[in-house]
Amino acid sequence: MMAVIAAAIVIQRNLFAVVVLGGIYSFLMATALVALDAVDVAMTEASVGAGISTVLLLGALHLVRGDEAKPLGRPWLPLAVSIAVGGVLVYGTLGLPAFSDPEAPIHKHVAPRYINESLKETGVPNVVTAVLASYRGYDTLGETTVVFTAGIGVIALLRQRKRKDRDRR
Amino acid sequence: MRNYLVLRVAAKIVVPFMLLFALYVQFHGDFGPGGGFQAGVILAAAFVFFALIFGLPTTRRLVPDRLVETGIAAGVLVYAGVGFIGLLLGGNYLDYFVLDRDPAHGQHRGIFWVEVGVCLTVSSVMLKIFYMFAGRRRREDDA
Repeated sequence: MMAVIAAAIVIQRNLFAVVVLGGIYSFLMATALVALDAVDVAMTEASVGAGISTVLLLGALHLVRGDEAKPLGRPWLPLAVSIAVGGVLVYGTLGLPAFSDPEAPIHKHVAPRYINESLKETGVPNVVTAVLASYRGYDTLGETTVVFTAGIGVIALLRQRKRKDRDRR
Repeated sequence: MRNYLVLRVAAKIVVPFMLLFALYVQFHGDFGPGGGFQAGVILAAAFVFFALIFGLPTTRRLVPDRLVETGIAAGVLVYAGVGFIGLLLGGNYLDYFVLDRDPAHGQHRGIFWVEVGVCLTVSSVMLKIFYMFAGRRRREDDA
């Protein structure tokens, strides 16, 4: 179903439909993540991917024309690059351990400690929260800073535009 | 969309629950799924929804730009500040064990404040970006 929607997004030329399909894709992705027991990620995907970003894209769509421009030439080179990169990535997945293999290196390194000790060490029953805020506190600080930077970036760009408008008048 | 009675009434009913759900996700993040990031997005979504129904100016009066911009910076500062408090109390940077006599309690406290910081920044940034986009549209309509 997700593949069908991805194909529809590529074929569709009306950007409004593309945004709506993108929202549907996000919800399907969230469903898939719930099926994989990653509820925290699913929640983020549903609220950010399907909710906020759809609204923001619709807001941006209001500023531009609603139809995708026709491509100028036949984009053979980008197509070849995409297929090559995709092929390399698929080849890379062949080297990964089998899905849900308990012997995979990722389950042997720090994961057992997180799962077995996090309740004792942090007193927080949700392992995801414990890892996110405590064991990987630096990473989350970095992520928050990234969001902060994105915010001030948007402010800087759009504020400047406004001031230029005022100068022109 | 201010003139649609059904939407207006529905929004008035739904928005408080969205805010409440955001708080639930925020503070229940220790036990169930959720946390600062998700709560921040839901919080922002509630205000975006409010803005879609009642218009941008009303929302801007309710949640002024100044407050939003302060929130963007304050969230990061709260997060970084928790790290520095740990440093002052003799631990490492972002070390929560020293925040309370009982290490697990300290962890709890640290995670709580860190999540508050994340929530503040995320919701403020989302709302600010929405303000910026929607505000531009309104300006071009005027022109």
